[in-house]
Amino acid sequence: MARINLDHIRHAYGEKPKSEADYALKEVHHEWNDGGAYALLGPSGCGKTTLLNIISGLLQPSEGRILFDGKDVTYLSTQERNIAQVFQFPVIYDTMTVYDNLAFPLRNRGVAEPEVDRRVREILEMIDLAGWAKKTARGLTADQKQKISLGRGLVRNDVNAILFDEPLTVIDPHMKWVLRSQLKKLHRQFGFTMVYVTHDQTEALTFADKVVVMYDGQIVQIGTPAELFEKPRHTFVGYFIGSPGMNVLPASIDGSSIKVGEETLDLGYRPEIAAGAKTELGIRPEFISLSRDGMPVSISKIEDIGRQKIVRAEFAGKPIAIVVPEDGEIPADPRVAFDAAAINIYADSWRVGREG
Amino acid sequence: MNKTWNNKAWFMVLPVLLLVAFSAVIPLMTVVNYSVQDTFGNNQFFWNGVGWFSDVLESDRFWQALGRNLLFSGIILAIQIPLGILIALNMPKKGLGVPVCLVLMALPLLIPWNVVGTIWQVFGRVDIGLLGRTLDALGINYNYVNNVFDAWVTLIVMDVWHWTSLVVLLCYAGLVSIPEAYYQAAKIDGASRWAVFRYIQLPKMKRVLLIAFLLRFMDSFMIYTEPFVVTGGGPGNSTTFLSIDLVKMAIGQFDLGPAAAMSIIYFLIILLFSWIFYTVMTSSDEQA
Repeated sequence: MARINLDHIRHAYGEKPKSEADYALKEVHHEWNDGGAYALLGPSGCGKTTLLNIISGLLQPSEGRILFDGKDVTYLSTQERNIAQVFQFPVIYDTMTVYDNLAFPLRNRGVAEPEVDRRVREILEMIDLAGWAKKTARGLTADQKQKISLGRGLVRNDVNAILFDEPLTVIDPHMKWVLRSQLKKLHRQFGFTMVYVTHDQTEALTFADKVVVMYDGQIVQIGTPAELFEKPRHTFVGYFIGSPGMNVLPASIDGSSIKVGEETLDLGYRPEIAAGAKTELGIRPEFISLSRDGMPVSISKIEDIGRQKIVRAEFAGKPIAIVVPEDGEIPADPRVAFDAAAINIYADSWRVGREG
Repeated sequence: MNKTWNNKAWFMVLPVLLLVAFSAVIPLMTVVNYSVQDTFGNNQFFWNGVGWFSDVLESDRFWQALGRNLLFSGIILAIQIPLGILIALNMPKKGLGVPVCLVLMALPLLIPWNVVGTIWQVFGRVDIGLLGRTLDALGINYNYVNNVFDAWVTLIVMDVWHWTSLVVLLCYAGLVSIPEAYYQAAKIDGASRWAVFRYIQLPKMKRVLLIAFLLRFMDSFMIYTEPFVVTGGGPGNSTTFLSIDLVKMAIGQFDLGPAAAMSIIYFLIILLFSWIFYTVMTSSDEQA
């Protein structure tokens, strides 16, 4: 297992990138802890698979270095980096038995047969396929195949990291939960460094200690699920995490008071804003309350999703979403109040702190 | 669900039925008809039972020709299948090389059989042929007209030249259908080049290889035009395959009865082999 350092990495697929826009992956400079579980989350085409392939060595970065435990591995092949990867579609050697599939990476490295046997049996127990050892891998279900792909990584006890490239895409929804919790358990038990690429926020938030949100080729925030929820660093994070996403409203700021449309709110502190920046107010639908007093709002639609209701409304000329408990009352003359502590202020899409 | 039965729908099948009847069933039945009758001309036929069949099966001529066919098909398969796989593995997977290679590979397949025969007939001639003259100049004694071994080598090289690309194209189609992730996973698992071939490429090519194998077996087993053009079945009878013998018998000697019996036996042999190959290869597929 290893600590991973991404040292000023950039990547462009074309030759000789001219402008910032030519980079599929804009500058990434981070340190990932040994034994951490990281999820790379973002929409399609945001560069998350590019970053994963750079870590695994299937791709060479255009610029920058990558270090495992302080050792420069930028120019090492995938094999020399000693990492394991689980792909979107299960890769199994379907003419071999389950046992031989798991033994394959060890035998290729010339590990002695008794040791191979010991390791393989251990992994078979771990991934719950002990009863299948002598069967050929072809007849297995997608989730069993995916477990074998994972097992082939786990069987080598010296891997630096295990990388997952949207591994649950082809798995049935109910098996997803089972596999994800098994993965969690294995991680807690053995503590390998895991990097998990996904575009599914539930998957990312339940799997990882740290979620790396990517947008348009850059990392916009690295944080715990709670941080991403409460203090999104970028309006994209606010919008992407949560269901429905954060309400972002154009606002003008004067000292500690914010003006949205005709309404004025007091923040209780003075946000630090550079001159001329486009300012916005962000508040999650969970922190808006609907009652008889407060600011006026007009309701356009109510979606009942079972445990709660989502109210779509218009506030100061902009659409907003409000989450109301299932038994919550919706008044005839509705008004809203914002929880001041849950308000984030954004300047040019980035979250700003307090002045002084 | 209720199905609606309408027997008039059978009329829709009629055109196909007629087509098949005239192109296959009726000619085949004519052959069956000839095979059990004898004639002395004047369109008068006499019942002969299985007489022609036992005649054919008891003749050395038939068994020798069959032996030559099996030897030829065996050699052809032993060369073309591995060679086809080897070429397919080394063909480019992307870029400008792909269409260039594919067109080059498809070229021999587009040339008619008798033209291929004529090309090689001239190519190999000792007096004017490029190959014949070159070998002669190199001091190699080569003459497909009177040397049995040279005649066989010429036919085999010609068939390899003509048909290996079919195996290549089929294998290539199988290879390009393998997702990139397999190769990446193999890299991560530390697999050798041989292991990649043995455990990824070969299993994925199995289906197309089965087709290539069957096609090449049947085609080489039915070979007629090329040896007819190049060697005419000689020297002696050394390249007289079943098909050539059959034509000699039917048209040369006008022995319609034995020829018909022989073609039915020939047909049954091909059917039998194809069925055996197919069963063996598909059953191993299911077990796995």
